[in-house]
Amino acid sequence: MDRLLKKQKLAGVISIIIVPGQILLRAIGSDGEMSHSSVASGSLPTIPPLLALVIRPLPLLPLQFALGGFLARILRRNPGLLDRLGQHRRARFGIKPVDLPFAFIVEATPPRLLVLRELPQGLDACVSASLANLLALVEGRVDGDALMFSRQLGIEGDMEAVLALRNAIDDARLDLAEELASLFGPLGEPVRRSFEAARDRLTGSPQEQR
Amino acid sequence: MQLSLGPVLYNWAPERWRDFYVRIADEAPVDVVSVGEIVCSKRSPFFAEHLPEVIERLQRAGKQVLLGSLILVSLRRERRQTEELCATEDALVEVNDLTCLRSITGRPHAIGPYVNIYNETSAAFHVRQGAARICLPPELPISSAGVIAAAVPQAVIEIFAFGRVPLAISARCYHARLHKLSKDNCRFVCEKDPDGLALKTLDQQEFLTINGVQTLSHACTNLVGDIGALREAGIGSLRLSPQDCDMVDVVRTFRDVLDGHEDAEGASRRLSDLYPGVAFANGFLRGQPGFSFV
Amino acid sequence: MELICPAGTPAALRSAIDAGADAVYCGFNDETNARNFPGLNFSRDELRKGIAFAHGRGARILVAINTFPRASSVALWQRAVDDAVAAGADALIVADIGLMDYVAKRHPGQRLHVSVQAAAANPDAIAFYVGTFGARRVVLPRVLSVAEIAEITRETTCETEVFVFGGLCVMAEGRCSLSSYATGKSPNMQGVCSPASHVAYEDTVRGTTSRLGGFTINRFAPQEAAGYPTLCKGRFSTAHGDGYIFEDPVSLDATTLLTGLKSAGVAALKIEGRQRGRAYIESVVRHFRRALDTLEQGREADIVSLKPFTEGQATTLGAYRKTWR
Repeated sequence: MDRLLKKQKLAGVISIIIVPGQILLRAIGSDGEMSHSSVASGSLPTIPPLLALVIRPLPLLPLQFALGGFLARILRRNPGLLDRLGQHRRARFGIKPVDLPFAFIVEATPPRLLVLRELPQGLDACVSASLANLLALVEGRVDGDALMFSRQLGIEGDMEAVLALRNAIDDARLDLAEELASLFGPLGEPVRRSFEAARDRLTGSPQEQR
Repeated sequence: MQLSLGPVLYNWAPERWRDFYVRIADEAPVDVVSVGEIVCSKRSPFFAEHLPEVIERLQRAGKQVLLGSLILVSLRRERRQTEELCATEDALVEVNDLTCLRSITGRPHAIGPYVNIYNETSAAFHVRQGAARICLPPELPISSAGVIAAAVPQAVIEIFAFGRVPLAISARCYHARLHKLSKDNCRFVCEKDPDGLALKTLDQQEFLTINGVQTLSHACTNLVGDIGALREAGIGSLRLSPQDCDMVDVVRTFRDVLDGHEDAEGASRRLSDLYPGVAFANGFLRGQPGFSFV
Repeated sequence: MELICPAGTPAALRSAIDAGADAVYCGFNDETNARNFPGLNFSRDELRKGIAFAHGRGARILVAINTFPRASSVALWQRAVDDAVAAGADALIVADIGLMDYVAKRHPGQRLHVSVQAAAANPDAIAFYVGTFGARRVVLPRVLSVAEIAEITRETTCETEVFVFGGLCVMAEGRCSLSSYATGKSPNMQGVCSPASHVAYEDTVRGTTSRLGGFTINRFAPQEAAGYPTLCKGRFSTAHGDGYIFEDPVSLDATTLLTGLKSAGVAALKIEGRQRGRAYIESVVRHFRRALDTLEQGREADIVSLKPFTEGQATTLGAYRKTWR
């Protein structure tokens, strides 16, 4: 009962995040208005600075709560992730979407996610990329090395930990839409569809030759 | 423990090359001398005319002579040259590439530091094929060398003990590339660098040495301080690799340590006087980064 | 020609087969293989499942046990051989002579491939491996031209396999200690080249500096394309100028040479990259599957750019075209 309540609460908070996010994405209209970085032909759009400005005043706590629950759930549903992280499962990863006014600290054991305005010093490793590239990486739609070669992915700190994380995620074949939908029970299907629409708007369809 | 002199790796003028070996024959207290051009087949014709004389002089002086094979064999001409070498009866061949094994198996031979022998089963395999001496790969730690030496007591196990360490071999010539020349038309630019061409990092830190198709360390291996440990590990020979310095005195320095006439500290001082301005290294032996000196 | 594709994870293995691989090569998650990276490779159980998946789809699994066993721990490598054979591996890719001897004696029926790490660069060396251990295929080093590959294949009684895409060693493979000189860890011993544990990136106003074991390997301007922090593709300084002394950060792409490789008699084409993500595997394997299929139909392969996946965002034909001479 307790768990069910928690799950419903989590789903509620996530919809609070997704719905305005989608409205914002729709508001920027066609793809043409997204700013594309120019390094590689396969590059994904970035969030326009104006939109980032609009997001800036949003409170971070609900986002932290929702994403934290989401992370714990993903780790529960994909035990192979922790196996592949191996000795790096306790590492603290800083994740910085370069086109958003906030950043994350992610820990796998125990699952913990913090949302902050700036990343602090002393993390084991930091990964920075556009939100679109980060989402695509999580779903294995882009190759991390390729992003690094085209300078769309920045990494600092313990490279072994970063590699372990990248390989663990790549093997897990995560489908964020599917993971999210599983939270919403009978309402899962519409949630999946709206997440997919928002994601594809941002990241395009899975990586193909362009 | 024996001392052996590795082949000259750099492109020295032929007369200088001959005079070097004549002096080694006459003055250097070394037991084994490996000769022959093993880095670049294009250089070998220059030394060929002096080779018989050099072999004869060394043998007359009581040195065991090894004839080194080419490290990387790909051209038809190089294969023929290697096959001819393997057929020779004049001296023991030092095998630097497995190309030789097909024809030399069953006859006594030596194995150079360019053949991958990292463990006792591989060493035993080569000894069964006829290897009487094995100079182990320079990156091998002493713990492995000891296990190998114990496993094949019938063979002399040798360790790379002095000189810049050979780290890589390529089909591409970096001397030629740097001088914007093709390998086929290289004008032998490597002869301008008788001790190799220094390669530094962008921050001007000494790092590597270029020698045509070969890449060596900048630092000079110096194992005079490790001789006790090497003896204990059952190592039978120390290889000294010629640099552009007084190699006769380098050999004497090692000999004095082996004979108990000099301690490691004094020997290191002598070596840094003989080969000034180059850092020492022994990291590989201790399982550390090769450039380090511990 | 057979298409041999890399897999560092079970998910990548499935991706490679779905994208059209004839065979997939992979290794155990320890120092017995030359891509011993954190979070990569297969447990015994994952290998068994991977082989079942592949065989169910008519594909083969080649297991790379291609580092050189550490003295006094040879049993660890021999166990890897035994386990791979027991799991039903279609071939073993081996570099160490002692281990090949073990495979030939203990598992005489097992198909043995000579790893590129064994540096068999000419017909005489290959004949030794074939004659002594019954090797059925040799993976040729990336230092040969297409003409030399043709000559070797003509003179050789076993099959030849060549790399067509991905990372490019400019040094003879299996004979390079550059990595261990800077870091103490080498491809031959630990199965790592320029290991992540010794890599550091530093961002300054001049750009990003990459260091390996404390040595500066490269400095990139903010928008400049980058490569792996491997020594042979770093920028260095000499009396004759600064720059990429050994090789630029580039990847091999031999798509345009497929016709030549086919007439050279090459049996199998190999894609490098067990350390790469599924996105790389899917795109690169699909590209070569399509190219091979059109070639089989007697048409020229259409050239699609794989540059986004390459080091320095640039490709080279490496030694295959004779420019190295």
